[in-house]
Amino acid sequence: MSTQKAVLVDPIFNNNPIALQVLGICSALAVTISMSQTLVMCAAVIFVTTMSNVAVSLVRNRVPTSIRIIVQMTIIASLVIVVDQVLQAVAYDISKSLSVFVGLIITNCIVMGRAEAFAMQNGPYLSALDGFGNALGYSVILIGVALIREPLGSGTFMGYEILPTVSNGGWYYTNGMLLLSPSAFFIIGLFIWAIRAWKPEQVEEAEYEIAPNEQYQEAI
Amino acid sequence: MEHFLSIFVRAVFIENMALTFFLGMCTFIAISKKISTAIGLGIAVVVVLAITVPVNNLIYNLLLREGALAWAGFPEVDLSFLGFLSYIGVIAAMVQILEMVLDRYVPALYNALGVFLPLITVNCAILGASLIMIEQDQTFAESVVFGLGAGVGWALAITALAGVREKLKYSDVPDGLRGLGITFISVGLLSLCFMSFGGIDI
Repeated sequence: MSTQKAVLVDPIFNNNPIALQVLGICSALAVTISMSQTLVMCAAVIFVTTMSNVAVSLVRNRVPTSIRIIVQMTIIASLVIVVDQVLQAVAYDISKSLSVFVGLIITNCIVMGRAEAFAMQNGPYLSALDGFGNALGYSVILIGVALIREPLGSGTFMGYEILPTVSNGGWYYTNGMLLLSPSAFFIIGLFIWAIRAWKPEQVEEAEYEIAPNEQYQEAI
Repeated sequence: MEHFLSIFVRAVFIENMALTFFLGMCTFIAISKKISTAIGLGIAVVVVLAITVPVNNLIYNLLLREGALAWAGFPEVDLSFLGFLSYIGVIAAMVQILEMVLDRYVPALYNALGVFLPLITVNCAILGASLIMIEQDQTFAESVVFGLGAGVGWALAITALAGVREKLKYSDVPDGLRGLGITFISVGLLSLCFMSFGGIDI
């Protein structure tokens, strides 16, 4: 039981795919402008990662290692096609505004990375948990970023106005910077800082130790 | 001619793959510690993008899009749902072929690019450029220019980031921000700089 729980919960904060493993940042940042887009994206990634981990883990003993990448790729691409077609049928507007980023789940390193690193060595049940946990870790960061960007950037949450903006006769001056791409980098950078301040064991070793200044006269 | 120049400038500066669309971020962050490796990877991306985007354009226009199979006697067939699978297949195959060709004819370049070539298959920038090309419904000639421009833009961005990071490692950064955190913030600043190209119009 404890392994299963660890496999599921670890990726959320202790071994977060975005903040520690540097996986899956690619398609993550652009969709966080609005909360509804983010939730759809998270659901899609959770589905694809879990299912691809199960599928890869089921065929892991029958696939020759030399062609494993292309097999994983095909499995993932097929799953993403399913997600894309469902989205186009059910939520056409959101599918349009996500544009290329649904397709880019194929090359989302989380999906590939977990298939290669975990599902190739473990059984289907554990792999499913691992895929789900990692996608959840990804979702936590994404939702966190969207929680900051949407209300402060456009004064809305899930499309409903929560901070009445000046242009609509309210008092809140929207921060246009948060709708632009650089803000996502800043927010994720600060998130990483927060997580590492909370869990100091994740702090990276310094490449160069800066020598303490012993000649105080010069410093003054 | 001006039209193509405009596509090129737009792809390199205004709609930079890495800094505006966030594509290829994983490799972008992971392999930008040294300028020399960053340039190697950048060149590999330029080459692969300049080949795969036009090839995917041909595949889409001649095989997949609605009515594209009219020449084979199937005018009402629409295979565009097979898109993702075909593009990623083309990219994987092109990278493989490129690797073999380089190994055989230009071993110097092959050795320089070495480990980066296979990595490129899973680089979102490559697939992303193809998908953007499809979405904008570009012609073949446009896709050649766009592929090249997108690659050059990505290479420029990763080289710039590597330059920043080479200096950054000597700086005294707060513990939790060291490494990944400060890299993200620097990328944000770089991205902010690239936004100033926004008004350029040719």
